[in-house]
Amino acid sequence: MRRLPHPPISGLFLALLLAWLVGYPLLMTLVDALRGPEGWTAAHVRELASRPDEWLALWRSLWISLASVGLAAAIGVPLAFLFERADFPGRRFLAAVVALPVALPPLVGVIAFLFLYGESGFVSRAVQSLLGLEAPPWRLAGPGAILLVHAYSMYVYFYLFTRAGLSRLDAALLEAAAALGAGKVRTLFRVTLPLLRPALAGAALLTFMTSLASFSAPYLFGGSFRVMTTQIVASKLNGETGLSQVETVLLAGLALLALGGMRWIDRSGVAATGVRGVAPARRRLESSWARITAGTLGWLLAAFLLLPHAVLLLVSFVPPFTWTSEAFPPVLALGNWAGLAQAEKLRPVVNSLWMAAVSTAAAVALGLAAARMAVSRPVDGGPPRRPWLSSALETLIAVPWAVPGTVFAIALATTFGVNQPWIGRFVLIGTPLILPLAYLVRSLPLTGRGSIAGLRGLDPALEEAAASLGAGRWRRLGKVVFPLLRPAIAAGAGLAFITALGDFVVSIVLYTFETRPISIEILSSLRLQDLGMAAVYGVILMTGSAAAFLLWGRGEAR
Amino acid sequence: MAFLTLDRLDKSFQTNRVLRELSLEIGKGEVLALLGPSGSGKTTALRLIAGFESPDRGRILVEGEEVTGLPPSRRRFGMVFQHYALFPHLTVGENVAFGLEKAGKEEARRRVAEALAQVDLPGFEARRVGEISGGQQQRVALARALAPEPRVLLLDEPLSNLDPTLRERTRRELRSAIRKIGITTVLVTHEQEEAFHLGDRVAVLHAGILQQVGSPEDLYERPATRFVAGFVGRASAFPGIYEGDGKVRLPSGETWASEPAGDLKAGEAVELVVRPESLVFVQGGLPGRVTERRYAGPVSYFQVALDGHEVEVMAPSGAVAEGDAVAVGLGTSGPRPRIFGRV
Repeated sequence: MRRLPHPPISGLFLALLLAWLVGYPLLMTLVDALRGPEGWTAAHVRELASRPDEWLALWRSLWISLASVGLAAAIGVPLAFLFERADFPGRRFLAAVVALPVALPPLVGVIAFLFLYGESGFVSRAVQSLLGLEAPPWRLAGPGAILLVHAYSMYVYFYLFTRAGLSRLDAALLEAAAALGAGKVRTLFRVTLPLLRPALAGAALLTFMTSLASFSAPYLFGGSFRVMTTQIVASKLNGETGLSQVETVLLAGLALLALGGMRWIDRSGVAATGVRGVAPARRRLESSWARITAGTLGWLLAAFLLLPHAVLLLVSFVPPFTWTSEAFPPVLALGNWAGLAQAEKLRPVVNSLWMAAVSTAAAVALGLAAARMAVSRPVDGGPPRRPWLSSALETLIAVPWAVPGTVFAIALATTFGVNQPWIGRFVLIGTPLILPLAYLVRSLPLTGRGSIAGLRGLDPALEEAAASLGAGRWRRLGKVVFPLLRPAIAAGAGLAFITALGDFVVSIVLYTFETRPISIEILSSLRLQDLGMAAVYGVILMTGSAAAFLLWGRGEAR
Repeated sequence: MAFLTLDRLDKSFQTNRVLRELSLEIGKGEVLALLGPSGSGKTTALRLIAGFESPDRGRILVEGEEVTGLPPSRRRFGMVFQHYALFPHLTVGENVAFGLEKAGKEEARRRVAEALAQVDLPGFEARRVGEISGGQQQRVALARALAPEPRVLLLDEPLSNLDPTLRERTRRELRSAIRKIGITTVLVTHEQEEAFHLGDRVAVLHAGILQQVGSPEDLYERPATRFVAGFVGRASAFPGIYEGDGKVRLPSGETWASEPAGDLKAGEAVELVVRPESLVFVQGGLPGRVTERRYAGPVSYFQVALDGHEVEVMAPSGAVAEGDAVAVGLGTSGPRPRIFGRV
């Protein structure tokens, strides 16, 4: 009658599957980087160490990432204070608009910037015609352009993290400081900012890691200014496979170091904000001058943030080769959109949609299963979860989040480019499977971490209550756990879908002509100078992402 | 024959042994309260009975049938959780119907209505869980646990989530509902008043060890261990030497008659544990001074500093005042003091 402890077979199987998907390709890349035709060798490492352009790319990656952190903080932190502490007309709408760039694929932002501020973009043409210049006033290229795009798309991390930190701040602490005679500035520097330290540090590391992994902006604006991600792809395209693998390992190492830092901050943050009180109330701006200024600034900012996307929509109506030197496109027509009726032009859209849908569904299922295995306490008197298994599963889920897409692309290309079934290597390169698989790996942290957070927030007594009322495992999952996790799952799935739909960084390494996704088609349209068609695809990505954003918003609101 | 039997249950978490050979027998329709401080093992005992944890050793039987290896979903035990654990995404009616999966739709509807009527919440089926008060949530949790007609009802600190005024009323309602249904019940609480009011018998646990099982009167008037004497009700301790025959000689030289708890040898150092109502202010008793008065209506509790230690005396509120020099003696009413060997 005594129940024997269940061996965690399902957990082990899941951990092995995740290890094969996540850890194994990275390991294979490391192994292949240290192997040559003659066996083990450090030749590729020596090659990397001896080439100044490699060190330059590494240095550029680091300083661009650090500068991105500084710029993103300079924009995001003051905005967070404004929207969290002051009340003015339109605050709620504007607060949502300000967070919008987080939901848009990086490539869309990059081409929208190109159409707006690029050499032949709206703003530069307007300035050129206004000042009667012969040449465009600037070129959107090099590190300045990369930093501009990074600041635009990454300030959101500081904005969201700081707002969350401010909303958790106990108002009593600020009152205590005031009662002890501290003025506003002293309270800000001695109380508020130190308490926001975990949030700010978290945002800084996230921005650093995203910037380190950034590919679209350096690829399209960088030109000869190469950072590590573009250097890796260049080495790969030049046929220097071994070198690209060493570069990949180096970048992965940097990213994993940053992940370690992130986890350390996560842990130290808990101690720093042990007691939770009531957040300070928003201060309604009383003077009409202050309200008008804040409101105007807010609406101007929203216009600035929305302008690139409005421009994208506009350019999608520009027929090919009709817009040359005018400040505003002389012809607008539906021709580009009508082009989608051709099977070959529609194919990238269909490809992206099915690959994003399949990879998201798989990532949700796998992420939820791993999260449940890692977090949930058994309610049927079974043995508690093995801490090492939980830790392994959580780490495997988190790794693809930290490791740059380029790294995974090279790792998957390395692992699944040869047929050695006895060691888990199959030829998937060139098949329709490789991109959904790559998207799945990249989406795992989004669905898995969402499920982990959801499960951690779930009162274990709810599942125990269901069990005591006669519900077996599947009924508990279907009737209690899944409905209550729906917001977290919807958020993860929404983000995963958006990421896969707009992916560029992995696709550019792994696509085939048959499976080319929207992002690759945007790139080839840009190369063919067919800006209108590139914009059409950009708008489709933008709309698809907004739809997923709204869908997860609805899920969260329930 | 006992309806529910716990047979030498043992449970450890890592190196922490939280329950040691717990054995209890609970009769059909009986309400047993598991009482103890935090960390005493009472919640672990309840979770073992419910099946959420497995014992390392020992058995659990219901009507002679062993259920130790059964998952909670097959035990047919109803449970009310400390924070109720009502499913927030379901209505009150859907919550109560959750355990009635096998009943037909009509039958389930009827039993939900019946269960809600039983806890005085008729017509609450369509309400959202978040729309009802804490007391009503507690009753919905009870209705949900009772609707599938379980063999045993388990209550985990069922009133701790309510404010003091509501707690008193809900306790009376809970008591009357359990009695009316006549279901075998095990409840866990750290509140003595709750255990005494709801339980037919009370089992006191300390550090995973069962200290005593008995009626509230037994526990209060005849505590079996020094822990029970201190944990249940208020008490003062006097050091002394056991002289045999139920007599203890105090350091002042006086000898008080009392009741030994267990085997004691003459000459052994002991502790005499006395309830406040067993002590009186008398002429020629142990001399001391009143340091504090805690007013409780017609009577008050007086802290009296004796030579080297403090005791508590219950007396009419106006009997003495703070700072008065008094003398304390053993009265004739109130429970007889208990003698415990000093460890």
